[in-house]
Amino acid sequence: MDKNINVLIVDDYKTMLRIIRNLLRQLEFHNVDEATDGAQALSMLRAGNYGLVISDWNMQPMTGLQLLQEIRADSKLKNLPFIMVTAESKTENVIAAKQAGVSNYIVKPFNAETLKEKIEKVLAHA
Amino acid sequence: MPDMAKNAMSDRMGRRLEEIRRRHRDATTPEAVAEIVLEVLDTMHGDISGPEAALLAEVEQIGRTIAAAKQEIAALRVEDIKIAFIPSATDELDAIVEATAKATHEILDSCETLESVLAGLQGSDAEAVQAAVTRIYEACSFQDITGQRITKVVRTLKSIEERIERIVTTFSERLPETDAAPVSTTPADAEMSLLNGPQLPGNGVDQAEIDRLLASFD
Repeated sequence: MDKNINVLIVDDYKTMLRIIRNLLRQLEFHNVDEATDGAQALSMLRAGNYGLVISDWNMQPMTGLQLLQEIRADSKLKNLPFIMVTAESKTENVIAAKQAGVSNYIVKPFNAETLKEKIEKVLAHA
Repeated sequence: MPDMAKNAMSDRMGRRLEEIRRRHRDATTPEAVAEIVLEVLDTMHGDISGPEAALLAEVEQIGRTIAAAKQEIAALRVEDIKIAFIPSATDELDAIVEATAKATHEILDSCETLESVLAGLQGSDAEAVQAAVTRIYEACSFQDITGQRITKVVRTLKSIEERIERIVTTFSERLPETDAAPVSTTPADAEMSLLNGPQLPGNGVDQAEIDRLLASFD
């Protein structure tokens, strides 16, 4: 697993951005950027060179699901690993995310081990 | 019913309806509708069959329900709910989100300090501290969850506020006067009246001001 990839975390709660950034640092991912909604994330992804997106769902003006759909529709970004980290835990949410092409799905609150496991799984298939 | 009786009733009801129509040309308010229903029923009593009587009793009940609803809405003092209670509740909830976010960031500051010290530790001590810090990070995600839950509650309260607004608009100026006293947020008991809970930012005094106040008594 290449830990030198650039990771983009997307969440409108600054606390969550900080928690995920710190957990990633413990997992030795040091190249981490942050965005606070889908639209900002999309422009960063188009401008940069990222190897993983970890995104919340419930954000404005562009949600995590819309961001995922934009990524999958973009010829340059379509294969980018995308982990949804969200409190939306209804079955229909997970199904919608899967149909949109999510790489993995973590329900909040989550633990560090779950994050590590999902990242390893996603990057192994990247 | 014989034809002659039917015709007589029809004529009488026609005259009565015409008279009601003249008096209530712009009858669009619930109050006017209730009044009309009762007037029509008054006209018809004694000239109707069993099923008609049952039906009319239902209609009469609707008229009474509308009148009762007006009384109940007036007694609720919906303006108090709209102007005072809901905005106050949403402000309190917003303050909870803000306060927990601030506390969480302070906890995270402390964790980051611990992690920077961690480099000087070795072996099992380092592992134990690292594991503890990780658990704190995990636990801190509560703030995101509670924030989202509170946001949902605020949305619900705002939806209730909008509905109340619609009720007030529909019944405005037609609600009967109520004898209910305006709702007071001041408890009767003197000591209880001091217990207002945490204050919203800017509404209370900070510790430095309290210290100054206490010192002024010396």
